[in-house]
Amino acid sequence: MGPGPGRQYDRGRGSPRTAAGRLNIFEFTLLVWLGSLAAGLLGSLTGLGGGIVIVPLLALGFGVDLRYAVGASLVSVIATSSGAAAAYVREGFSNLRVGMFLEIATTLGGLLGAYLAGWIGTGAIAVIFGLALLHSAWLAGRPRHEIEDRGPPDPLATRLRLNGTFPSLDGPRSYQVRAVKTGFTLMFGAGVLSGLLGIGSGALKVLAMDQVMRLPFKVSTTTSNFMIGVTAAAGAGVYLKRGYIDPGLAMPVMLGVLVGALAGSRLLMAARTRVLRRIFSLVVAALAVEMIYKGLTGGI
Amino acid sequence: MGSEPETTAPRLEAAVGALLRLGVAAAAAIVLAGAVLYLSEFGSRPLQYHTFRGEPASLTTVPGIVVRAARLDSRGIVQLGLLVLIATPVARVLFSLFVFGAGRDRAYVWVTLTVLAVLLYSLLASHA
Repeated sequence: MGPGPGRQYDRGRGSPRTAAGRLNIFEFTLLVWLGSLAAGLLGSLTGLGGGIVIVPLLALGFGVDLRYAVGASLVSVIATSSGAAAAYVREGFSNLRVGMFLEIATTLGGLLGAYLAGWIGTGAIAVIFGLALLHSAWLAGRPRHEIEDRGPPDPLATRLRLNGTFPSLDGPRSYQVRAVKTGFTLMFGAGVLSGLLGIGSGALKVLAMDQVMRLPFKVSTTTSNFMIGVTAAAGAGVYLKRGYIDPGLAMPVMLGVLVGALAGSRLLMAARTRVLRRIFSLVVAALAVEMIYKGLTGGI
Repeated sequence: MGSEPETTAPRLEAAVGALLRLGVAAAAAIVLAGAVLYLSEFGSRPLQYHTFRGEPASLTTVPGIVVRAARLDSRGIVQLGLLVLIATPVARVLFSLFVFGAGRDRAYVWVTLTVLAVLLYSLLASHA
């Protein structure tokens, strides 16, 4: 599709603002790499994940078609998730049964989302993306409270043997899993968003696990991280076949986000994350507004 | 029952960590090698990402990518690295299958097989 190879830089209103039209491939690659590095760094320092700002960076900042942007982003999500998980697994917090059981929902959702990405227009995707960004910005500005909940477990959780223990300062602590069906449904939704938008949708996964299923923070965060990579892999297969994953674009994004996220996890101890979270959430909110505006006015 | 949902001994967890790190490191190294080749070849050309044109068939299927990478085509090499990256979580699921299998946890062997089937379908089926 599209008119032949070559110079299609003037795609209406959005383009003149973006300098990308005058760059050659080397300059473009370098700039995208630097931008992705910053996104990965901030995402890891704030705990929000870099994936969510990659798509606006590419689509709004560089005027890249949304489909290529989403493809490159999803690939980078797999890189950061697997890279971070390598550090997490040793701590013994993640619950493999919960993760695997919920992955039935997230992978099926991811597959469906990736199919939907081919049917829904880019304008509508941009609007949905903007809403997901707003949700992220809102979550980032809010402190998280652990809900102490000692109620009975969901009988389904007992049948599926989802309840578990995690290491704490005074020995292993046990926890019960609640609302399995609601959690499973939310995870399906998280999967759809991941496949549709090329994001990890970690925020929604953690929300489902700690607010709804009442898993302890550390358990839901680490289990979610494990699930993000698997969910993204389900969408990536479809993206690859559809030609959304362009090597020239995915290459600097993947390498940039990965280096940024690794550096971020090293710096995490020293950084003042509260101020950073607030700044990042403002940036994300601004990107959200622009994505929604561009989506509604057909500028994307 | 149900007291140890992880069932992974520390030794196994270390192995999972090593597997993931290896997958990501291998993918990054292959992508980087392809990147150097790609930029030396096409670096000075103008770019065209404003219009979606999809990718040629040889860059969208597993056999096509392997063939191009074997010919040391730069875009094929990058795509091969990305394929290794996508395969890393799949390998982790496969690993979990052995963990549940070794623990004679039949229900979760089925759960894991379902997830694996969805992933393989996504990667290998021809999505119209």
